[in-house]
Amino acid sequence: MKMKKVLGLALAAALSLSLVACGGGGNNNGGASSGGNTSNPPAGGSSSSSSAQQPTGGGTGEPITVGIINNDPNESGYRTANDAAMRAMFTEANGYKATFYNNNDAAQQIAEAQQMIQNEVDFLLLSPASTTGWDTVLKDAQDAGTQVILFDRMLEADESMYVAAVVSDMPAEGVTAVNWLADQGLEEYNIVHIQGLMGTDAQVGRTGALDEKVAAEANWNYVTQQTASWDEETARTITQSVIDSGKSFNVIYAENNGMARGAVAALDANGITHGKDGDVIVMGFDSDTWAMEAVLNGSWNYMGLCNPLQAETVDRIIKDLAAGNAPSQKIIYTPEQGFDAATITQADVDTYGT
Amino acid sequence: MSAPVKNPETQVRRPDEPLFKRLTRQQLFIPVAALALLVLFNLIADPSFFAVSINQNSLGNPVLSGNMVSVLDNASELVILSIGMTLVTASSGGQDISVGATMAIAGSVILRMVCGGQVTADTMQTPLILAVLAGVLATMLCGAFNGTLVAYFKIQPMVATLIMYTAGRSIAAWINNNQLPIINDLGFKYAGTFLPGVPVPTPIFITVLVILAFWLILKFTTLGLYTQSVGINANSSRLNGLDPKLIKLLTYVILGVCVALAGFIRVSRSGSINYSRMAENIEMDAILAVALGGNALSGGKFNIYGSILGAYVIQFLTTTLYKYDVPSTALPAYKAVVVILLVVLSAPVVREKLASMKKAPAKAAKEVS
Repeated sequence: MKMKKVLGLALAAALSLSLVACGGGGNNNGGASSGGNTSNPPAGGSSSSSSAQQPTGGGTGEPITVGIINNDPNESGYRTANDAAMRAMFTEANGYKATFYNNNDAAQQIAEAQQMIQNEVDFLLLSPASTTGWDTVLKDAQDAGTQVILFDRMLEADESMYVAAVVSDMPAEGVTAVNWLADQGLEEYNIVHIQGLMGTDAQVGRTGALDEKVAAEANWNYVTQQTASWDEETARTITQSVIDSGKSFNVIYAENNGMARGAVAALDANGITHGKDGDVIVMGFDSDTWAMEAVLNGSWNYMGLCNPLQAETVDRIIKDLAAGNAPSQKIIYTPEQGFDAATITQADVDTYGT
Repeated sequence: MSAPVKNPETQVRRPDEPLFKRLTRQQLFIPVAALALLVLFNLIADPSFFAVSINQNSLGNPVLSGNMVSVLDNASELVILSIGMTLVTASSGGQDISVGATMAIAGSVILRMVCGGQVTADTMQTPLILAVLAGVLATMLCGAFNGTLVAYFKIQPMVATLIMYTAGRSIAAWINNNQLPIINDLGFKYAGTFLPGVPVPTPIFITVLVILAFWLILKFTTLGLYTQSVGINANSSRLNGLDPKLIKLLTYVILGVCVALAGFIRVSRSGSINYSRMAENIEMDAILAVALGGNALSGGKFNIYGSILGAYVIQFLTTTLYKYDVPSTALPAYKAVVVILLVVLSAPVVREKLASMKKAPAKAAKEVS
């Protein structure tokens, strides 16, 4: 009896607390390792809107229901920008009734996706936390008539299982970066490779190209290859331990900007010069403005752009599909490029920085 | 690990220096043995592990570097947390699993204050001391929330703190409007890196100060005694005029202060924050440190020095594994081995076996959980 009361209280407190946490910001986030959460926009009476962004999809007056499954917006600056763009696009004003779910755990994402399919959403927008394990979800979606659009990250499945994918070409990002590095013409490449969260599309793609090159070339070596799971502090610790062990290296290949920043902190603490005129080449990925500024002022050498803004393209595809037009290509890659400290301009920072 | 177990009492009971005697209660045996083992392993495998050199950092300051400096430096947050965690464990017989999440809250509050709401700030917008105080206040509130649930609503600590564990990082993100603020002011980073002209990393000083503060508190106040008696038997302490609820609450609030300091060190290492990754799983390390220190996780008697040593052992292990290029994803597996050893060693069956083997009567002095 007593236990029940106590438990009830705890649950009530938990519930109200998570309400405070989510409601306050007008934005909800999956807690780090927590269950994540789902939110619906406040149910508005009518779907008609007076937005300037013209709700083309609302031809019938019915909003298009979409379920959006994304990663935790707090994992990196890239994800924050990506999540914000999606939330800004899929609003009632734009003719959508959207349900958002954020979690870095693929198992949780899968469970939520199945829930959304049962709720008969028209479109399931998916940024999978892992590249595998989605077969059942895609099959269920097909059976239920839910159209799946992948954004930002790919998964391993037959092309027929989804209607479109608006993604960053992660392997190409890796290849661009590795080619750039090869063009630097160093006599020997001793690389500290700091990987992202293992198994993610971004990690697999960015690691792949480098792994191949290191295996192929005699003068390319890994000093260490470690995952920091996108975490800056872990990246700093890893780099510091390499420095402590007295191994020499001349390249930091970090798979996102936050981790590159952590590695640079370790270099700075030990007086190792880096960047355009330094001893160590620093490479990062994604689109953070501060990172592009670091490349601009020569403290870093390279940043591989990974464009987080797919919301508009996804929106266009959905509107086309609603009008009965299938997208001309199944996989649409967001335009991306690498920025070199020698050639980057302030205009680039203004255009691509997020 | 099993070899040195044979004569723990004789090993640690021999010193006759009075202060040392108090520190080296028999329960310190486990962390000391673990540390000795790690040191021995590194000495044999590669003595250069212990090399310390003095370099110049990019600002031209002389700084010490080497594995040992990294161990002491990187363990700082964990050491501070483990002190608070020990008190909470002793008083309430449970652990606070929300410390990682509340560290993110402290970091977020501090960054919000010094950045003045901007995403990137080049100079501090608020005096540092105010920002840190705000962070301390925030996590003291979190601690009070946890403590109230535990002490007054009698919810199991792990369940009560699950609330903050779940919500904490979202709250941290909300405090900064989901932005990831960055502060470039060098003054802010002093606490996490180096003070100008001082070659020793600042976190080491902060940790020493915190340890010193707790040593003084436990020496000159009755906090330690009260915490212990509440943990052993809350009812009889109440009959003896103590207020067990208040004391439990107090330990959670004290842990809140520790969390804020740890969070401050963490954010000032880089001047930025990543809500979902910051100090991820540090709560598990903190609990492991308490256990490694020979403290009973069911509460009662405690020894903060054991936990402190335990925290250093964990960092020592991590650094050692990094040195030998063990994948960082595999680190938890190695910690699991430590946990298994601990659990087995502290199991009553094994203890009795060991005790009967040596016929050591002192074994009974070790508290039985």
